[in-house]
Amino acid sequence: MKLELRGITKRFGDFTANDSIDLVIESGTVHALLGENGAGKSTLMNVLFGLYDPDGGEILIDDKPVDFDGPGDAMAAGIAMVHQHFMLVHPFTVAENVMLGHEQVKGPFRLLNIDSAREKVREISARFGFNVDPDAVVADLSVGAQQRVEIIKALSQRAEVLILDEPTAVLTPQETDELLEIVRQLRASGTAIVLITHKLREVQAIADTITVIRRGKVVGTAEPTASQEQLASLMVGRAVLMKVDKKQATPGEVMLTVEDLTVIDDIGVVHLNDVSFEVRAGEIFAIAGVQGNGQTELTEALLGGVVPKAGKAVLDGKQITGLTISEVLESGIGFVPEDRTEDGLVSAFTIANNIILDQYNKAPYSKRGALQPSVIEEAANTAVEQFDIRTTSIFLTAGSLSGGNQQKVVLARELSRPLKLLIASNPTRGLDVGSIEFVHKRIIQERDGGAAVIIVSSELDEVVALADRIAVMYHGQIVGIVPPDTSRDTLGLMMAGAHTMEDAA
Amino acid sequence: MREIAESSTLLIILAIIASLVLSGVLILFADEAFRTALPYFFSRPADTFHAMADALGTAYKAIWQGAIYNGGAATFAAKIAPFMATLTAATPLIFAGLGIGIGFRAGMFNIGAQGQLLIGATLGAMVGFMWHLPFPLHLILAVVGCALGGAVWGFIPGILKARTGAHEVIVTIMLNYIALNLVGYLLSLEAFQRPGSDNPQSPAVDVNAQYPKLFGDQYSLSLAFVLALVAAVFTWWLMERSTLGFQFRAVGANPSAARTAGMKVPRVTVIVMVVAGAMSGLAASAQILGTQTSLTTGIAGSIGFDAITVALLGASRPFGIVLAAILFGGLKAAGPTLQVNAGLPIDIVLVIQSLIVLFIAAPPLIRFLFRLPTPRIVKEVTA
Repeated sequence: MKLELRGITKRFGDFTANDSIDLVIESGTVHALLGENGAGKSTLMNVLFGLYDPDGGEILIDDKPVDFDGPGDAMAAGIAMVHQHFMLVHPFTVAENVMLGHEQVKGPFRLLNIDSAREKVREISARFGFNVDPDAVVADLSVGAQQRVEIIKALSQRAEVLILDEPTAVLTPQETDELLEIVRQLRASGTAIVLITHKLREVQAIADTITVIRRGKVVGTAEPTASQEQLASLMVGRAVLMKVDKKQATPGEVMLTVEDLTVIDDIGVVHLNDVSFEVRAGEIFAIAGVQGNGQTELTEALLGGVVPKAGKAVLDGKQITGLTISEVLESGIGFVPEDRTEDGLVSAFTIANNIILDQYNKAPYSKRGALQPSVIEEAANTAVEQFDIRTTSIFLTAGSLSGGNQQKVVLARELSRPLKLLIASNPTRGLDVGSIEFVHKRIIQERDGGAAVIIVSSELDEVVALADRIAVMYHGQIVGIVPPDTSRDTLGLMMAGAHTMEDAA
Repeated sequence: MREIAESSTLLIILAIIASLVLSGVLILFADEAFRTALPYFFSRPADTFHAMADALGTAYKAIWQGAIYNGGAATFAAKIAPFMATLTAATPLIFAGLGIGIGFRAGMFNIGAQGQLLIGATLGAMVGFMWHLPFPLHLILAVVGCALGGAVWGFIPGILKARTGAHEVIVTIMLNYIALNLVGYLLSLEAFQRPGSDNPQSPAVDVNAQYPKLFGDQYSLSLAFVLALVAAVFTWWLMERSTLGFQFRAVGANPSAARTAGMKVPRVTVIVMVVAGAMSGLAASAQILGTQTSLTTGIAGSIGFDAITVALLGASRPFGIVLAAILFGGLKAAGPTLQVNAGLPIDIVLVIQSLIVLFIAAPPLIRFLFRLPTPRIVKEVTA
């Protein structure tokens, strides 16, 4: 099967999300669609998947024009998509999820034929070595396994074109390797795969064809042999420094001491188990680990959002555990939450109001309970300028900004006051290359300015690039603290729970 | 919910138009002459159109005469009396609408204005008829009493939500019943009855505790209306310019981010409900110290519920709420005229009000009716 997009154009009002894009996808190949966030990749795939009506251009299958009126049509034509956010029903079993939307019935009472779905799961699972139990409840599966369920779902509908939207965003390095292996097998079996991503390493590892999209246009195609620098500069439109440029750290006094910190929730689940570490002024202490291994609880406990069952944290000689969040922020901690849209910003507020979200009751932004609009405006304009926040006005809502610019708003707010400690969780998640570069630069500036920095990240690239020391968390514990030149394999194994470096080696 | 509470001006105006048109159809079918003429439409269409024009003309004229300007009256003072009545009817709606609007913007769906009004009226009435003090002082204390009563009745769902997570919708609905029956019980006590009567009606509040009339006794419009406008300006300042209002809005728009920024969400919840309750209490003052002067179980009328509509119609913004309250005050004032002059059931006013709400609550319906484009989120172009 050959799938062709010809001159696809999609506009939203004045904004052209896709500008006459041409794309040819052939069986048995991996076609990487590379571009920054907001470049128009997802819009294009939504057009292909029948979710949006294009304003121009056509879709051809085997040189015959087709018209998709919705995902149903696209699926019937053999196109399947694995969304970045999985579309699975959590309380259902794997087989039930696979059957969803294509339920088969049997017998006079038209009972659901779950056995045929089970069989299908077993068959596909065996063919590709997925190792997925058809009767497992999806909620109990790891993220990687859930993704395989999505792929099984697609394959069970005999998909000939499989679109993977940012498939590795949620995976551990090992899971990523496994996924790439699966993609290779699918390719070998004749499936066409469209890989939407902004991760250059994966593109280089697996793509047969690379199409780069920038601002809604195809700006070029590249060979898989192209260097990361070449791909990045195509994507961003200028030369990009791939390695974070930082000087050797000059650690000073111990700024933060965490002792035996333990967090247990209401139902008795231990999220953080006896965690102890120190962070010095002027160093970046990175906490690596697969999401959900206690990192969130650790940062929440430091911030004052959850009360630890035991242990304490001391910032510059002053105990911070037991303080309220506002007191913790007051004591000199800057906090960049892992979910910026949920915890970092009020999307419905203006950019200006988000810039002062945790400073609104302090001078000079307010006087005797009254906000000072002109002061706030001035501060916001300064922040927009200093942090290169791309917007036409500080009075637009934060929700109207792209992810990268939203994150810059959060950073601008947190870095606008003198800090003793900066805690940033996944500071570059979902950001494009240009924004990542900027965010990293600011974090290093903060370190060089003498602040202690804690970076929590599930992206090894980021951890390795920024860290002066790396702690790996697994099941609520720190399994080891290692230097930044530790090999990726070792780190990956530690993230999977290998306790010591000897175990990992 | 939030989307409905902060609909765009255009949608609201279109909703009003749509409801007026639709109620026009209902007015037609309620009209005898039109119903008689309709079967002969094809033989004598002119009759039908004539009846149609007649019915609608009478109805809309009655609304105009009843709510705004009665050209047929003898003196100018009498001519503008309907508008004065409109503003008087709007006064408690402004107060209560402001309270509910503040709640909406802080993410609280306060259905309890009715109960807050009743308790506010009770406390205000007690200050009004049990104490006997000189003029400005007595009025001020009675007004404070009303606000305090409402605030207490708002505090209860606030603290319950903050401490236990009990949902304010359920708690406030139940508190409405409790308030109504509490007032009924109090009115059965001798201390709350007029001497020599066992009607469930309290003595009238002292004249010293009543709002002075703005233009003498010919109109019932009182100082309460001015106070309502002041309250609207204050609410604007509170929500847009004060640090407290900043917290209200942040908690309403995204409690997680507000919490991460160091705001104390439970505390804000309580304060919002107290402020909203106090506003409802002030609405009660417009009744007990203004138009009614003695406490009955019917003192709050349907103000507490109409105010929800007013807040929705005003998109939870003070200026919008004032306009919406005046619109509703007008419809209320026009009711009797509609009945007498146009021979329409007074319920048609309720129908119009309900249709407005229905259309506002269903933005897609209005968009469909007027062929408006679906709103979309245009992202800023990524650099």
